[in-house]
Amino acid sequence: MLCLLFFLVTAVGAELCQPDAENAFKVRLSIRTALGDKAYAWDTNEEYLFKAMVAFSMRKVPNRETTEISHVLLCNVTQRVSFWFVVTDPSKNHTLPAVEIQSAIRMNRNRINSAFFLNDQTLEFLKIPSTLAPPTDPTMPIWMIIFSVIFCIVIVAVMLLIFSGIRQRRRKSKGPSEVDDTEDKCENMITIENGIPCDPLDTKGGHINDVFMTEDERLTPL
Amino acid sequence: WRFPYLCQMYGGGSFLVPYLVMLIVEGMPLLYLELAVGQRMRQGSIGAWKTISPYLGGVGLASVVVSFFLSMYYNIINAWAFWYLFHSFQDPLPWSVCPLNDNHTGYDEECEKASSTQYFWYRKTLNISPSIQDSGRVQWEPALCLVLAWLVVYLCVLRGTQSTGKVVYFTALLPYCVLIIYLVRGLTLHGATNGLAYMFTPKLEQLANPKAWINAATQIFFSLGLGFGSLIAFASYNEPSNNCQKHAIIVSLINSSTSIFASIVTFSIYGFKATFNYESCLNKVILLLTNSFDLEDGFLTASNLEQVKGYLASTFPGKYSEVLPQMRNCSLQAELATAVQGTGLSFIVYTEAIKNMEVSQLWSVLYFFMLLMLGIGSMLGNTAAILTPLTDSKVVSSHLPKEAISGLVCLVNCVIGLVFTMESGNYWFDIFNDYAATLSLLLIVLVETIAVCYVYGLRRFESDLEAMTGRGLNWYWKAMWAGVSPLLIVSLFVFYLSDYILTGTLQYQAWDAFQGQLVTKDYPPYALAVIGLLVASSIMCIPLVALGTFITRCLKRGDTPPAA
Repeated sequence: MLCLLFFLVTAVGAELCQPDAENAFKVRLSIRTALGDKAYAWDTNEEYLFKAMVAFSMRKVPNRETTEISHVLLCNVTQRVSFWFVVTDPSKNHTLPAVEIQSAIRMNRNRINSAFFLNDQTLEFLKIPSTLAPPTDPTMPIWMIIFSVIFCIVIVAVMLLIFSGIRQRRRKSKGPSEVDDTEDKCENMITIENGIPCDPLDTKGGHINDVFMTEDERLTPL
Repeated sequence: WRFPYLCQMYGGGSFLVPYLVMLIVEGMPLLYLELAVGQRMRQGSIGAWKTISPYLGGVGLASVVVSFFLSMYYNIINAWAFWYLFHSFQDPLPWSVCPLNDNHTGYDEECEKASSTQYFWYRKTLNISPSIQDSGRVQWEPALCLVLAWLVVYLCVLRGTQSTGKVVYFTALLPYCVLIIYLVRGLTLHGATNGLAYMFTPKLEQLANPKAWINAATQIFFSLGLGFGSLIAFASYNEPSNNCQKHAIIVSLINSSTSIFASIVTFSIYGFKATFNYESCLNKVILLLTNSFDLEDGFLTASNLEQVKGYLASTFPGKYSEVLPQMRNCSLQAELATAVQGTGLSFIVYTEAIKNMEVSQLWSVLYFFMLLMLGIGSMLGNTAAILTPLTDSKVVSSHLPKEAISGLVCLVNCVIGLVFTMESGNYWFDIFNDYAATLSLLLIVLVETIAVCYVYGLRRFESDLEAMTGRGLNWYWKAMWAGVSPLLIVSLFVFYLSDYILTGTLQYQAWDAFQGQLVTKDYPPYALAVIGLLVASSIMCIPLVALGTFITRCLKRGDTPPAA
């Protein structure tokens, strides 16, 4: 009698969990791609962990806090590793609606992934889209900051060059009058002896009397 | 950026043969001619040609007009380079990931169909419209970058050629440093040797293709910058006794070796990118097969892929034929053969290669900084070509100081350049890029060569040069100037015209956002009118000014006899 009941339960279970059954989801794992040498083998213990994680996720859904590990059924495990699973209600007669399972898995995706050391790409739930991380939008885009810095530097440099150019031109236009003043001063400074300016005497090979030279130097300069 | 593309199209290593031949036959003689004219006449392009013959002032004016068109559209490239440079300081690089769609379940559709680098270029940078007719609005981000680019150019030309000279040292040498760094990095990349092998395996049958020779001639012509007037302008500041023959040879050799060097770097990066794409294509096929047939994870590798495919095809024919359409044929040769040129190369292909390198921010910053230096260097040459005649002419320079003239020119160009920041701006940019300079320059240089050889007189010019530099003119230069180069230019001209006549209407590549790829469309009539106007306005300067001078002379001759 007990054997018959057991047989019936497994038969019913087998019916509930089938590829493409109602409310069934296919799961695909790529352990070797994710972990390389550290890949673990997929055995019944790992399956037990998976069932536990799914049950845990379902327990978080209101009205489903009584989900047990035995309510999660796995079937068609392939070498890939891939399999189908369903979650039954406590009576084990019918499966829970796909929408509930979907939302439960999406909420706890990170926990499930980390239990197996995998991520969204290597632990795939087909038909359950993963929520992608929202883009981090800083309040001020970074490029604007750099742009403003360089813009200000260039504007300052342009202003500097323009103003120095204007100043140079102003100095040049004032320049000829200033040069005239100094030339007048130079005129006064040219020493004149006997009506002949001294400078040409030096250049034309005139000899300077050393006696007079030393006399000048003895006198203290003003 | 045309040289790597041409190298790839016309048989890799064997393209170097027509390239070097054209360099010796066309590039060096014409460069020497322009430098000699500038050094002898000691004036900008307008004054120099007026001195050669009063009827030929139009040649200089045409050069200035072409330079003006060029400076209008060229600075937008610097604006784009600034944009990418500023965006390179983020982690991850914004063109390496697709943005999410509205409900955060997947990636943006356009980005999925194209690649993330194409999406960033066409959508984020250009925000391109589906065709040239839909103008859209001015995009403020590229507009800001354009303003910044013009400010930088203004900063460099503000003080005239002295300051420009110092800046050019910097803008010319820095790209070499970056190229060397990239060469070292590029050669150590995985798969670089594939690209280099592809480039250097000569496909000798391409030597018989006339298009290879024509494109080599065109490339030499434009990369040396002949006919813009900037060479004459720069040479006019040289000492009269300067040995411009030596300079011409050295400059053209450096120019060509830089092109070849840059293409080595480009091809090693190509090889890396092609290998990377090939391997990810293979991985996709492997994943597809593993998932469809529930094979063990890690069982399929690149080496046993073909065997397993055969095995699967024979054992599960039905299922295999279902999967077959989704499997792409991955081919390394096909990846290497995707040749891109122009803005596509710089902003799409290179960024795709950079995003896969380690420390991609550093490489990105270096690359766009180099691009910026090259672009600003070209802009300085152009702006100098425009400013030198303006500052030389007494009319303008007596009323306004030098800074104001440069400022005005930069402002006008910036305002016109805002057209290229509109949504359809890239299409207008392509129009300017393809037609503003090409035909006009050919004609200008042709007229220049004929003017110096036949109007001014080759013997007279020869004796001038000898008096100036103290060195005689080699028979080789004389033969080239008088005969070979004009014939070459005429044949290029004839080829382009016949090509246009044969193909009928002109077409352009437009970006289709729904398909995520480029489609070919015809130009609308007003775009064709603009093209015609671009080409005509520079070419017409020559006959118009000649006619104007002739008329004024006739009138003067009509006036003087009664006075006498």
